[in-house]
Amino acid sequence: MELLPALARWIHFLAGITWIGLLYYFNFVQMAALKDAGADGTAAGITKHVAPRALLWFRWAAVVTWLAGAALLGGNLGDAFMLRNGYEAIGIGAWLGTIMLFNVWALIWPNQQKILGMVPADDAAKAKARRVAMLASRTNVMLSIPMLFFMANGLSHRAVLGF
Amino acid sequence: MKNPLESVAGTIISGLILTVVLVFFLKNFLVAGV
Repeated sequence: MELLPALARWIHFLAGITWIGLLYYFNFVQMAALKDAGADGTAAGITKHVAPRALLWFRWAAVVTWLAGAALLGGNLGDAFMLRNGYEAIGIGAWLGTIMLFNVWALIWPNQQKILGMVPADDAAKAKARRVAMLASRTNVMLSIPMLFFMANGLSHRAVLGF
Repeated sequence: MKNPLESVAGTIISGLILTVVLVFFLKNFLVAGV
């Protein structure tokens, strides 16, 4: 049955682009924009109307990406995570993607809820949350670079790198 | 030393360096001799 892997690959790409696209938006656009918006008193436009919507798509796209990736690996999921039997390169990508999913749900989202006032937090807790969320988000940008290298590995990688 | 993740440029350079390190790891420890 070839339909399931084809669908899983398509969904994996669609959700992955949504997830990583929003990650890059947060890091390359929104962080700098919020700094400037805070200075002229317009930050609420971003924190109230843009960030919650972006975070909704971001965190659920991460889940769909992981699930579709797992479906695509199918019975080879174990080989990928054990880095063996020809699944070494995609396995490194799978590990990096899994660490990134953990960062989204365990570090970025809980701290963003405090920053955006979705859960109660005093100023000190908000300042700490801002720092943790920023570093977790930047860590995911850093990890996305090798993650995409190994996820996209194929014949061209093998020809150049010899694996 | 400043944390490289403080800046976008430092984050991207860190990601590129990590890619090279992981390729070395893959070639020398995971698929060596294949």
